[in-house]
Amino acid sequence: MSEPLSQRAATATPPVLAHRIRGLSDRAIAWIFVAPTIALLLAVNIFPLIWTIRLSLTNYRSNRPNAPVKWVGLENYQKILHDPDIWNTFQVTAHFLIWTLVLQVLLGFGLAYLINKKFRGNDLWTTIIVLPMMLSPAVVGNFWTFLYQPQIGLFNYVIAFFTGADPSSFSMIGDVGLAPWAIVIVDTWMWTPFVMLICLAGLRSIPPSIYEAAECDRASKWRQFWTITLPMVLPFLMLAVLFRGIENFKMFDLVVQLTGGGPGSTTELTSINLKREAFEKWRTGYASAYAVILFVTVFGLASIYVKALNKVKDR
Amino acid sequence: MKSKLLFSAAAAAFVAGATGAKAEDLTLCWAAWDPANALIELSKEYEAQSGNTMHYEFVPWTSFADRMLNELNSGGHLCDLMIGDSQWIGGAAENGQYIKLNDFFDANGIKMDDFIPATVVGYAEWPKNTPNYYALPAFADVVGWTYRKDWFARPELQAEFKAKYGYDLAPPATFAQLKDIAEFFQGREIDGKKVYGAYIYTERGSEGITMGAMDVLYSYGFKYQNPDKPYDMEGFVNSPGAIAGLEYYKALYDCCTAPGMSNAYMGEGVDAFKSGQVAMQMNFTFTWPGFNTDPNVGGDKTGYFPNPAGPDGEQFAQLGGQGISVVAASSKQAAALDYIKWFAQPSVQAKWWQLGGYSALKSVVDAPDFATSQPYAQAFLDSMAIVKDFWAEPSYAALLQASQKRFHDYVVAGQGTAKEALDGLVADWTEVFKEDGKL
Repeated sequence: MSEPLSQRAATATPPVLAHRIRGLSDRAIAWIFVAPTIALLLAVNIFPLIWTIRLSLTNYRSNRPNAPVKWVGLENYQKILHDPDIWNTFQVTAHFLIWTLVLQVLLGFGLAYLINKKFRGNDLWTTIIVLPMMLSPAVVGNFWTFLYQPQIGLFNYVIAFFTGADPSSFSMIGDVGLAPWAIVIVDTWMWTPFVMLICLAGLRSIPPSIYEAAECDRASKWRQFWTITLPMVLPFLMLAVLFRGIENFKMFDLVVQLTGGGPGSTTELTSINLKREAFEKWRTGYASAYAVILFVTVFGLASIYVKALNKVKDR
Repeated sequence: MKSKLLFSAAAAAFVAGATGAKAEDLTLCWAAWDPANALIELSKEYEAQSGNTMHYEFVPWTSFADRMLNELNSGGHLCDLMIGDSQWIGGAAENGQYIKLNDFFDANGIKMDDFIPATVVGYAEWPKNTPNYYALPAFADVVGWTYRKDWFARPELQAEFKAKYGYDLAPPATFAQLKDIAEFFQGREIDGKKVYGAYIYTERGSEGITMGAMDVLYSYGFKYQNPDKPYDMEGFVNSPGAIAGLEYYKALYDCCTAPGMSNAYMGEGVDAFKSGQVAMQMNFTFTWPGFNTDPNVGGDKTGYFPNPAGPDGEQFAQLGGQGISVVAASSKQAAALDYIKWFAQPSVQAKWWQLGGYSALKSVVDAPDFATSQPYAQAFLDSMAIVKDFWAEPSYAALLQASQKRFHDYVVAGQGTAKEALDGLVADWTEVFKEDGKL
């Protein structure tokens, strides 16, 4: 019988190295294993963050490598916080964020509740429903520009069929009033299945015995929903809201393809505005300050939310 | 087979030895559009002559500036030759991204006097109107108009138009006439299909609506700055004429464009015209050869005319087009210069025009048969004679983004007034120039 692998590794280790390793504590060995990951995190996450903060305090422009870089302190932050255009993009982002979350949670939970019931073709319907989230956001954005096209778009024809309006009488992505809703609809179409899957996981994690006990106690379906289903799915729902909230706060590709931020600046989300400052106007210092503000905002909101989530889980 | 390969390799080595230069792989960067395909065809001759191999990096127009300015700003080595947009010249020259070509031109007998003056100023010089050259005019282009000649020629439409407006239905000479014609065709049924008056640029993301609006504003009296005091814009950018021009552009957008054209640029214009959707179409002249040969609208169905005149008879058009430059970060500058030397030859420029490229060489465009060589040649010449260009300052991108926002907010989103838009633009541009230390 051959020697076990650990034994073979031990005998194959050169004596000098074996002696050194024997001299290390468990903690030191743990650090050796963790160190590459920490180094990688420092290189790709922490260092860029510190560098961005440093740049945000200067007037640096990456398209002027030869120009002198001036230290401007908090001037960039001050300008951003007093810029009405930037506050407008925050409002646009808030509208997008709130409505997509509300619709996706309601529809996602509703679909999960239906899919959770045993019926024929259950798996097929689940697969069909999750198809949109498997597509690339850029493809979805481009694809919906055709669906929204007033003359040939299917969306306008469907609306016209139900309302009797002329299909070419309105433009979802060209009208100031409709464009913010156009991006909400597409994001909801694409990401409701994601919320549904998370809710489905929550629904399936509820032991049937709880419902059986409730049945024995003659609790109505309505009461079972409010006292068993919803509280037990709530942590999952909150997790879905966290994921979608963070994703939509930095939404870029789908909206750029769909509206380009227009008409005017009606759908210009903060990420689109940030990209324009950083890579079209090349105001690197200013854009870095903008990025830091967005980071602090999303980090702060996410931290508060995670605390709330933990409280719900601990209940 | 093996002996054939050996022979080919020996022949290639001989050719390389005979020319006295090492064969290089050159990469040329440009936009992905029809002229780029023509350039590939044209450059085959260069490859055969020089032994150098040409590679191409073509990027769609809407992301061309993003991609290529990133490349230049990061000192990337992707491109040896860059056919960059005309407005990049200031930044590329001041930041040392293109090499200066004066000595090279002198050494090789390339004279800028041999090229259309507007293209030299627009594509090659920095600072403007000084003999400092960073590019060779490569592709002359300008915004002009196409129209459905077959629709305009219909007797019943001509009669109806004359009865309504009191003059003949013909390519418009003024913007007021253009709007009349656009209104006349808007929503009309032709051959059982609903058609629309005009197609104009409205794109928000890159440069579309600025190119379109400026194309009108120039002829209404818009000026970038006080001719006697650089960067003094108050009363020039937002002059009463400029305000009227922007109001006109919005009125044209509101009255006479097809539904859904709220974010449309060159490609959408081509589609709208080729599909028989619009009577008149604003677009760069590079699109014209494609219309001429199109099965739906080609031949006698399409006519071409330069930008009409404004209310006071002023007539200008937005310059397009590009010059070809050698990227300073390239390690193959000698071979890249060799390509430019070859490209500047009159015989190559003549072939360039034949293949669909718009040569800027005077000997090509001044040739006696040029104006009749293509149905659009005369309109192209007329348009090139009235060009104006956007800022070519190093901060051009910031200046452009400001006008994109102001124009789109007003024209498409209908927010505020034309005066507010242009007053805002003066404020935005002033801030950019202050940050640049020019004010």
